[in-house]
Amino acid sequence: MNSRAKIRLGENVAHHIFTTSALMQIFAVFSITLYMVAKGAPAFIKVGVPELLFGTQWQPTAESPSYGILFIILSSIVGTGASVLLGVPVGLLTAVFLTEVSDKRLSRLVKPAIELLAAIPSVIYGLLGLMLLNPVMYRLEKLIFSNSTGHQFTGGSNLISAVIVLAIMILPTVVNVSVSSLEAVSPNLRASSLALGASKIQTVFKVTIPAAKSGILTGVVLGIGRALGEAMAINMVAGGSVNFPLPFNSVRFLTTQLVSEMGYAEGLHRQVLFSVGLVLYIFIMLVNLTLLRLRRKETE
Amino acid sequence: MSSLTNKKRRPMDVLLYFLIYLCAIFSVLLLGAIIIYVFMKGKNSLSFAFLTSVTSVLRGTVGIAGNIVNTLLIILVSMVFATPIGVGAAIYLNEYAAKGRLVSLIEFATETLSGIPSIIFGLFGMMFFGQTLGLGYSLLTGSLTLFLMVLPLITRNTQEALKSVPDGYRQGAIGLGAGKWHVIRTILLPSAMPGIITGAILAIGRIVGESAALIFTAGSAKGLPKTISALFSKLFHSGGTMTVQLYLSATSEGDFDTAFAIALVLLIIVFVINQGTKRIAEKFDVTRKK
Repeated sequence: MNSRAKIRLGENVAHHIFTTSALMQIFAVFSITLYMVAKGAPAFIKVGVPELLFGTQWQPTAESPSYGILFIILSSIVGTGASVLLGVPVGLLTAVFLTEVSDKRLSRLVKPAIELLAAIPSVIYGLLGLMLLNPVMYRLEKLIFSNSTGHQFTGGSNLISAVIVLAIMILPTVVNVSVSSLEAVSPNLRASSLALGASKIQTVFKVTIPAAKSGILTGVVLGIGRALGEAMAINMVAGGSVNFPLPFNSVRFLTTQLVSEMGYAEGLHRQVLFSVGLVLYIFIMLVNLTLLRLRRKETE
Repeated sequence: MSSLTNKKRRPMDVLLYFLIYLCAIFSVLLLGAIIIYVFMKGKNSLSFAFLTSVTSVLRGTVGIAGNIVNTLLIILVSMVFATPIGVGAAIYLNEYAAKGRLVSLIEFATETLSGIPSIIFGLFGMMFFGQTLGLGYSLLTGSLTLFLMVLPLITRNTQEALKSVPDGYRQGAIGLGAGKWHVIRTILLPSAMPGIITGAILAIGRIVGESAALIFTAGSAKGLPKTISALFSKLFHSGGTMTVQLYLSATSEGDFDTAFAIALVLLIIVFVINQGTKRIAEKFDVTRKK
């Protein structure tokens, strides 16, 4: 083989290797979807779609077991929604601070702090929630429910703890995306607003933020995705029983249900857990598709 | 009297400024509190013996040496797969592919993959690598699962780096008669190296902090392999990383001293990784003024 043919062979081999690498990700998404559906669907058929999705009794190990996951789904929705409501305003204002308020000294502290908060492993957030939040919650619980007979005491492992931990965990995501979308707003817009006599704060809230709206929305949706998918941290602080998502109830989320029961579940119980996984996967896919549509709109 | 020179202070402005500063300071205080609290709680249990021994009731030792080895093995194996494939995918997307259906499909897959939460990767890894491929609860199952998880991270960072290589480099090299692969190997990859390394370090950071994807794939064993061959066969056995051990220590085992000591080790690693990526980004920043 002469050297030119050798080179051409090398070029061809390289091309094929790179193509295969790129196809790997399609293959991964395809097989994950396939497995989630194939493993999650059977229990829907065996238990029945309405019984599974809208049942409020979760007693997988009872003599006549019931597998209703409505409260689990509701907990995930309520927990995610509440943490976004809490985390987004704080995140957005932090982003406003970083881009619009030019306090260089404090910025030099805030930026790395956000970066590090994003990098802290979720189990550490869980550990801190367990040690710091739960005792406070328990004290509040004893105060509020001292005369109530219906309340099941949780020792502080409740929905509020989980929401606070989630809000902190999505904060860096919201800040980062908001910062880049605020930075992308044309300085001319700000200058015109200021020239018309608006104060700096008026400019920020009436001009800059509305102009960066779609980017900020992307950050919110990313935050929703992170909160929905978080498992370990909230499993450590939210308690261990399936309940209607009231603030002081111990709750199970779609994710924590998997973490705490997948280890020992068998038979139909295990299959139902895969259905829980499928429900989570569908939620995540909806979030992903929304994200994709938002991004496409932004580039247009 | 309000006039142009006499600015009126709107009470709303003052309130909003206050809130903005409050939020900004909150994140700094939060991080400070986390670091101080973990340090105070973890420093007493953290020692050389803690890092080099294995928890054993028989010998009365407490340590995470086994978990550290497991973490390193998982990092090694996942990165051996993820780096070439992630970089390869980025090269394909940036250098070979023409804009079209396939490229948008691959980009869609990358986006989707990076949006899938780790617990789903864990379930998939357990079913596919663990059961279908018969690898069971093992470090290899965990590594392969994490390989899929960090793939988009490496691809995206490499793509960014390749995009920042000036087109003149490519045209110049091809004009001199070099083949595409030759250009990639000798010009593009070296120029994009800082971006690739940053992506790899970020991926290692994600692996170190991961727990949900590992609990059903790699399990939680904490033994320490004694020989080199045991180290390799360890890949086919269950092993818990530091994060998984932290989780178990803080929940079922109720050993908070160990939990906080691991948390402190993890915080230090996170900090080192954060500083490392920053250094690289600064050092190779082409827009930086000399």
